[in-house]
Amino acid sequence: MSPTTEVRPRAATAGTAPAGRRFDLARYRDLSLVPVLLVLGVIGFAVSPAFLTSDNLLGVGQQATELSLLVLAEALILIVGRMDLSLESTIGVAPVIAVWLVLPDHGARFNGLGLLPSWTAIPLCLAVGALIGAINGFLILKLRLNGFIVTLGALTLLRGLQVAISQGQSIVTLPGSFTYLGSTSWLGVPAAIWICALLFLAGGCALAWLRHGRALYAIGGNSEAARAAGIRVDRITWIVLILGSLLAAFAGVLYTGHYGSISADQGNGWIFQVFAATVIGGVSLNGGRGTLFGALTGVLTLQLVVNVMTLAGVPPLWNQFLNGAIIIVALIISRFASGEKQE
Amino acid sequence: MADPSPVRGPVVEADGISKRFGATVALSDARISVAPGESHALVGRNGAGKSTLVSILTGLQNPDTGTLRFNGEQAPAPGDTDAWRSRVACVYQRSTIIPALTVAENLFLDRQSKGVLRPISWKQLRGRATELLAEYGVDVAPTARAEDLSVEQRQFVEIARALSFGARFIILDEPTAKLDARGIERLFDKLRSLQEQGVAFLFISHHLQEVYDLCTTVTVYRDARHIITAPVAELDQQALVEAMTGESSRGSEPAWSVTGRTRPDGAPLLDVSGLSLAGAYQDFSLTAHAGEVVGLAGAAASGNVRLGETIAGLHRPQAGTITVAGRPVRTGRVPAALAAGIGFVPEDRHIQGLIPQRSVAENATLTVTGQLGPFGTVLPSRTRAFAERMIGDLDIKTPGPSAPVSALSGGNQQKVVIARALATEPHVLVAIRPTNGVDVKSKESLLGTVREVADAGKSALIVSDELDDLRVCDRVVAMFHGRVVAEFEHGWSDEQLVAAMEGMSGPTDTKERDVSHH
Repeated sequence: MSPTTEVRPRAATAGTAPAGRRFDLARYRDLSLVPVLLVLGVIGFAVSPAFLTSDNLLGVGQQATELSLLVLAEALILIVGRMDLSLESTIGVAPVIAVWLVLPDHGARFNGLGLLPSWTAIPLCLAVGALIGAINGFLILKLRLNGFIVTLGALTLLRGLQVAISQGQSIVTLPGSFTYLGSTSWLGVPAAIWICALLFLAGGCALAWLRHGRALYAIGGNSEAARAAGIRVDRITWIVLILGSLLAAFAGVLYTGHYGSISADQGNGWIFQVFAATVIGGVSLNGGRGTLFGALTGVLTLQLVVNVMTLAGVPPLWNQFLNGAIIIVALIISRFASGEKQE
Repeated sequence: MADPSPVRGPVVEADGISKRFGATVALSDARISVAPGESHALVGRNGAGKSTLVSILTGLQNPDTGTLRFNGEQAPAPGDTDAWRSRVACVYQRSTIIPALTVAENLFLDRQSKGVLRPISWKQLRGRATELLAEYGVDVAPTARAEDLSVEQRQFVEIARALSFGARFIILDEPTAKLDARGIERLFDKLRSLQEQGVAFLFISHHLQEVYDLCTTVTVYRDARHIITAPVAELDQQALVEAMTGESSRGSEPAWSVTGRTRPDGAPLLDVSGLSLAGAYQDFSLTAHAGEVVGLAGAAASGNVRLGETIAGLHRPQAGTITVAGRPVRTGRVPAALAAGIGFVPEDRHIQGLIPQRSVAENATLTVTGQLGPFGTVLPSRTRAFAERMIGDLDIKTPGPSAPVSALSGGNQQKVVIARALATEPHVLVAIRPTNGVDVKSKESLLGTVREVADAGKSALIVSDELDDLRVCDRVVAMFHGRVVAEFEHGWSDEQLVAAMEGMSGPTDTKERDVSHH
């Protein structure tokens, strides 16, 4: 398309009528999945009386926490214009390395190294996550390797590392401190939900009201322009990559606490759901667009669909099919709700 | 000229600047000096060292030798972004606007709030943006998203942002390249009013007429060297082109000539009738005979580009027919247009024309892959032979057919695009702004190529708002707001045509066809 002829007609609306209809739509683009969530709620209510109980909803919420933390991480990384596929391996390998370092070296089915006291398990897990992010960032930003392939390699490598260390088995003997956050409840609501909500709130506020948060949009939208405006593009991108892996490692802590063990395939194959949730939530794969709230609605949509289907008695063998279908349907909905092409 | 402080030194003074990149000398003992409130033009052909000078003047690169002073003071240390920005502002050729963000945020990018940890007050930010825009008289809503702005509005926003750092000296790197005549006029009005406020400009352009319109002084660079600095009034167009090319130019007499042609008779080669496309043009009819070059003039909103693209099959018109050599063409389909014998040179070679990382040969033969081997295969030897013929015919300066097309200069890239359009041996060549962003000499040879196409018994349609492009035409049809407003035979005056393109009163001495827009 020719830039000059295309831009002209729109200019009139932007210049003289800023409060036009198109503008309002753009502002609410991130809410396009909210009606979908409401419809799902109504369907769930109609399908089963068990749907609208606090037990069921809190269960869905808790199940959504681990995935939603990965989505939070991926949303930040996508907004800054990058991709990280290795998040789904970080959620497994970071807890394994942490407990491997702290568990005693004899007497159990899984023997660790016993190097450090058991209270360091969570800090260790987070440190491993940060290290993974830092290495990815080094490869992508300093050596200028292709981010997609680097993190694809990291995905496989880290999965392999987890299998090698855990000898392909689930680890069931875990330090109490490590499982606390994922299993406890505060004020009748799982702690994981509180933490997750808090992290989304903090992230959303930072993106909306802090200069460094806005810098993510600037970098993802036009990194050359961001650089020209004085934003330290590489440093901020690196920090976001580290933060993303850190969040994935923390999701690993919650997941481990939730199920009481580290399974060998923890997080395996999640990255597809992570991307799907982020993108149907309105975050652009090309960077510079989207909000964390939108991403959150994306996760909730995916989780609620599965829940409603289960309650409706759809055999679980159909879950995967339905998950794929809902991704495509949600994409179509957000495409037309926002009126923007997704390229 | 308004000059607030004549005692001060020049806003910028560079002397003896040299810069090498490896074996390439980008600048050699170059100099420039811009007085406060002056509008200074910097011209030169591609590769003359203009871009390097800009990056040195804005602190993005360090010169190897030489001195650089702003207002008589030593230039700031490299990397001290704030200090540089308070002395020199730059509007780059490539837009530095972030499309998804609002105008207000773009204006105050990375300084939305006072401190890094202080939350941004969006209301206050909008207020500051409104003030800034009002200060420079930019009529743009601060809440509009930058991607919804027109090219010129974006440029105004960039200028306002650049000046908001306190600089009184601004570099404009080809600001008019993407603007239509009207946008350029508004840009120039803005620049003149800023100049009255004491802002000095360094204006870089390929378009020499603009230099005469806007600037008081001109500096010419050639082959990385300073050639001349002179008041614009003392340097006529021929002398300026001579300084740029280093050879005595043929002035206003190009290699091709239009005069003395007889209008061909017989059936037209291209016959467009009653074509309408909603929002672009209505009820458009045109005929072109063999041997004829027809110009389709019009400003950006006139619909002439859309019309050219429609003939090439990119848009499907609601009504009307296109006939080539007596055979109707199915509209809205590029393959049908190609098969009917319509060759197309798109408006923007970077977006629609070329695949930059692929070779010259591949780019030139993209439309004729079916002829390059049996059973759908593409034989490298035939591709090469075909491309070599094209390179010879059009005099494309390239290291060879296998060189990536991105390694070529702008003019030669454009020749590759034209080569591809001609590869199918079309009856009709539709060229949209064929000389967009190429230097003076390439311009002439590109237009000469189009002329030759017509002389070989085909017909060509040039869609452009550049008067230089239209001079090669046998006749020019002017469009305004989707309608034909006038038609000129060769020999029109600039004023007549510009007036018609701008929708002002039609000419009196040529045949007028439609004045219904009044």
